[in-house]
Amino acid sequence: MAEKILIRNGRLIDPANKVDRKTDLLIVGEKVAKVGAVDVECDRVIDARGRIVAPGLIDLHVHFREPGDEEEETIASGSAAAVAGGFTSVVCMPNTNPPIDEATGVEFIHRMGRQARKTFIYVMGAITKNRQGVELAEMGLMAEAGAIGFTDDGAGVQNAAVMLCALKYAAMLDCVVAQHAQDDSLGRSGVMNSGYNSTVLGLPGIDPLAEEMMLWRDVQLVKKTHVRYHAQHISTAGSVKIIREAKEMGLPVTCEATPHHLLLTDDAIAEYDTNYKVNPPLRTQADTQALRQAVKEGLVDALATDHAPHLQSEKELEFLAAPFGIASLECALGLYVEALIAPGVLDWPGLLALMTYRPAAVIGVKKGTLAEGDRADITIIDPDAEYVIDADKFVSKSRNCPYHGRRVKGRVEKTFVAGELRFSADR
Amino acid sequence: MRKQNQEKFRWNRKHLLGLKDLSRQEIEFILDTAGGFEQISTRSIKKAPTLRGKVVVNLFFEDSTRTRNSFTLAANRLSADVVEFTKKSSSVSKGETLIDTARNLEAMGIDIVVIRHNAGGAAKLLSRHIDACVINAGDGFDEHPTQALLDVYTIRQARQTLEGLKIGIVGDIAHSRVARSNIWAMTKLGAEVILVGPPTLMPAQVSRLPVRVSYSLDAVLEELDVINMLRIQFERLGSNPFPSVREYSHFFGLTVDRMKRAKCDLTVMHPGPINRGLEIESQVADGPNSVILRQVANGLAVRMAVLFLVNQGAAEQAKKKA
Amino acid sequence: MKVVMDEKQIATSLVDLTGRIAAAVPDGTDIAVIGIRSRGEILAQRLARSLSARLGVTVPCGTLDITLYRDDINEPRGNTQPTVRSTEIGFDINEKIIILADDVLYTGRSARAALDALIDLGRPKAIRLAVLVDRGYHELPIQADFAGCTVDIPGEQTVEVRLTETDGIDQVIVE
Repeated sequence: MAEKILIRNGRLIDPANKVDRKTDLLIVGEKVAKVGAVDVECDRVIDARGRIVAPGLIDLHVHFREPGDEEEETIASGSAAAVAGGFTSVVCMPNTNPPIDEATGVEFIHRMGRQARKTFIYVMGAITKNRQGVELAEMGLMAEAGAIGFTDDGAGVQNAAVMLCALKYAAMLDCVVAQHAQDDSLGRSGVMNSGYNSTVLGLPGIDPLAEEMMLWRDVQLVKKTHVRYHAQHISTAGSVKIIREAKEMGLPVTCEATPHHLLLTDDAIAEYDTNYKVNPPLRTQADTQALRQAVKEGLVDALATDHAPHLQSEKELEFLAAPFGIASLECALGLYVEALIAPGVLDWPGLLALMTYRPAAVIGVKKGTLAEGDRADITIIDPDAEYVIDADKFVSKSRNCPYHGRRVKGRVEKTFVAGELRFSADR
Repeated sequence: MRKQNQEKFRWNRKHLLGLKDLSRQEIEFILDTAGGFEQISTRSIKKAPTLRGKVVVNLFFEDSTRTRNSFTLAANRLSADVVEFTKKSSSVSKGETLIDTARNLEAMGIDIVVIRHNAGGAAKLLSRHIDACVINAGDGFDEHPTQALLDVYTIRQARQTLEGLKIGIVGDIAHSRVARSNIWAMTKLGAEVILVGPPTLMPAQVSRLPVRVSYSLDAVLEELDVINMLRIQFERLGSNPFPSVREYSHFFGLTVDRMKRAKCDLTVMHPGPINRGLEIESQVADGPNSVILRQVANGLAVRMAVLFLVNQGAAEQAKKKA
Repeated sequence: MKVVMDEKQIATSLVDLTGRIAAAVPDGTDIAVIGIRSRGEILAQRLARSLSARLGVTVPCGTLDITLYRDDINEPRGNTQPTVRSTEIGFDINEKIIILADDVLYTGRSARAALDALIDLGRPKAIRLAVLVDRGYHELPIQADFAGCTVDIPGEQTVEVRLTETDGIDQVIVE
């Protein structure tokens, strides 16, 4: 007999189905059995008064470092961090060591994900062999093994012909091709945004053009191929403009924005704190404003953390030498609330749309909804709970979080994956 | 006036990381203090017992002969013991880290670390992780505070004050820590700074710095009171900021010819080592307007003052804690 | 506050000091006065003037900054921070009798620092210590060769010498 769990009195927000009302929800086994008044005997009743009951959150961009850098994160620790952050599905990037550039790697990640039994794990494979940007990786075999898209994340595909080839080939697989847009000829030696702050700090900069030029180039390639293209972690006002134009042309172009590019600017680097070293780099106030505006206009399809864990010892290096990346999976929701709900850019249904069915659509999976019969991936959120982010309490293996000590509002209380309670804040 | 200022002022810093965060009063206090050290180098016993029993580590991750020698000599003249630690830094994250290196040295009981590093912010990073005093002897393109202090000290010596002077800094501004520290020090002391060089050697958004920018030396030469010629960095050749040394010298070299058009009392400076005939012609470098060797001599006094002051700052902070 | 010496007593005392110093210097010996910054500086200038008049030769005068030789440089005491100023001695001290001048002799530590500083500058024939007030309670085996006045002032009190050049009045007070 499948377990029956009743979530009562919650504010059910299911953006895909335009639902936002106070109601009950019944889980039977792995599925949502009923939405509305429930009158059956249940094994367990959860009172969600004052809470938001939402489809499980989806993060299109995480780095779980396995295989290769298990001291920073493993699929098990990353998965635990994901459900603690309310994420029931995440997409792992292929820049591991070795990179995920063939089917066995994809299968490995899936297997480890199943064993961790926390969040659901999707995989993006590398576009090119060893992420070198030269020869196409076995995209077809990886797709057959379950990869939902491709990217050389951590680097952009520099060569236009290679990128064109990848897009054309992906058409046959019906997979999205994602890009970390950065032209190395303009950005390779940089460690932060190129601008007044890099000048004052004497650090080599990454020109916003490095991102914008590759993004613009890719849009032209999409114009030719009409293959689904996803711009990862866009960071500049110029990129927003390019995305806007692409969407106006009706091209199958999507994009994501991270908490740090919505919240932080390169002013934060004044003391050379390497926890703010991230790629693409933190930009300026004008850029964060443009990104928020893009979110408001619906140009941004997904919010994604780019959770990039690193060892403390690595982040204690000189700013030039320290690795790029911010670990934010466990505190992302509060950050999005601060960046988007508090200033009135979005309301809760709007925010949840960018964390549920819309990212699902980017990778072409049917998820992120809470209709009867849907898989019971559910996140229960206390929208009014305020708390101080404490990186030392993260279940992630890493602590490279510049938000440590920041007060945020909006906390994940419970996370169900396929009807099973995988995280509970009061546990 | 100066005397009164001094009496009210207390020096509280145990690190000298850069000049950007220093007040005008602090900079002037260092310069005034340096004045008291100048005569040590002129007498027969060139030593005072001030830092007797203190250990200074020269932690140099980048080649530097003159700055290191200057610090060593300055420390020796104040009777400190000097440990030389030279190491090529690696940009990879493996191997012993800067913090570990410094903590190891600190475990041996050191008092002052003088650090030169290829990464901007290295001195600041170090100061956050060790108890010893930290003096920045140049970090990446960030700052080289003692060089700028000796530069303004030399200008003060030659021109009494920096107030109202027009000072040109010529060369690779983008990759120069000397230029950055100079800009902070000179503008704080009331001078107008004009950066001169090709646009490819100007840093991003240079116009937001408190300076004027000119791509032509000839256009501003006649109004300058002081000119600081930065050294051509040959390692930049080929990465395209300028096509050839010949072309650079043609537009930005300080020649005898250009000197004829400059003010007759133009003060000519260079942080060294000089590329004779490239950024500056020999006759100019050795001529009556040049204070290049005074800069070297003053560097010693300024570095003695800085060593003295950070030690005093540490004592002040220790006192406050107790 | 108690006035230990007024303007008149200081003047008398300086005349007396000048006489005793002049008498102690053998004929034909070069003599110079060096004051310890900052209070000894003015006293030295006055002594140099009066000695020049008395001896009929120009007695050179200099100022010695002893900050770099202080023994408390790593443990600053009290509210004042030692400040380095320049030493200004425009003459050769070798083979001269140096009259080291200071306002008050108390612990003897300033005099000790001054002796070390002077010896780093050269090798005088002799160094003699002249002070306006010797208040006792010395902590080092150092005595004044010439003292304008000798009084016993316990450690918790401070002796302050005020001079016209800097304070607008000549007096010595105890607080």
